[in-house]
Amino acid sequence: MRVLLFGIMKEIAAAGTLDIAEPLPDVGQLRAWLLQQYPAMKHLRSVMVAVNRAYAPDGQPLAPGDEIAIIPPLSGG
Amino acid sequence: MEHWTRIDHSITVQEAVDFVQSPASGGIVTFTGTVRNQTQQRPVLKLFFECYEPMALLEMEKIVRAAKEKWPVQRMAILHVKGEKLPGEVVVVIAVAAAHRAAAFEACQFAIDTLKETVPIWKKEFFEDGEVWVAAHP
Repeated sequence: MRVLLFGIMKEIAAAGTLDIAEPLPDVGQLRAWLLQQYPAMKHLRSVMVAVNRAYAPDGQPLAPGDEIAIIPPLSGG
Repeated sequence: MEHWTRIDHSITVQEAVDFVQSPASGGIVTFTGTVRNQTQQRPVLKLFFECYEPMALLEMEKIVRAAKEKWPVQRMAILHVKGEKLPGEVVVVIAVAAAHRAAAFEACQFAIDTLKETVPIWKKEFFEDGEVWVAAHP
């Protein structure tokens, strides 16, 4: 599973993309896995997950080939 | 409704106004966001904008659709920069044309407020003694 990282998440993970071998069936389990790997995530104001370029709730299943992105707190504009 | 969304290294207020202008419109409202030269009394040297571009464009399109449902707006442009920007430079432009001004004012405010909440763009502030991703931490 390939995951895109942006902004401060890119710095926390020291990578722009992650290739995760672990089977993670939904957004919530991906979020839990990331928190375990990168405890600094806990200090962020919020972390959203996007699947196929749309915000996804924790219950949303992940399928092979999905475009997955971790969205730290926004600051555009 | 005609609309235009764009993410680029450089944007101008004029190109957004030119896009939304039409003989059917009675008014055009624009919002221009620029780089402020200080944050809490600390001088800001520059900003860096990072975008998840394909999703950011989709979220901008959603803002246009939502605005169209709420107000009778005729044409709309949402432009945002990516990359490095210096104090005073333009970083975001919203332009809304409508037959009457009230709809244009309200839709423009809605668009910039929603953009800040939903469009995946991040800015980093550079100071003399460090740098910080804006709003990342409580």
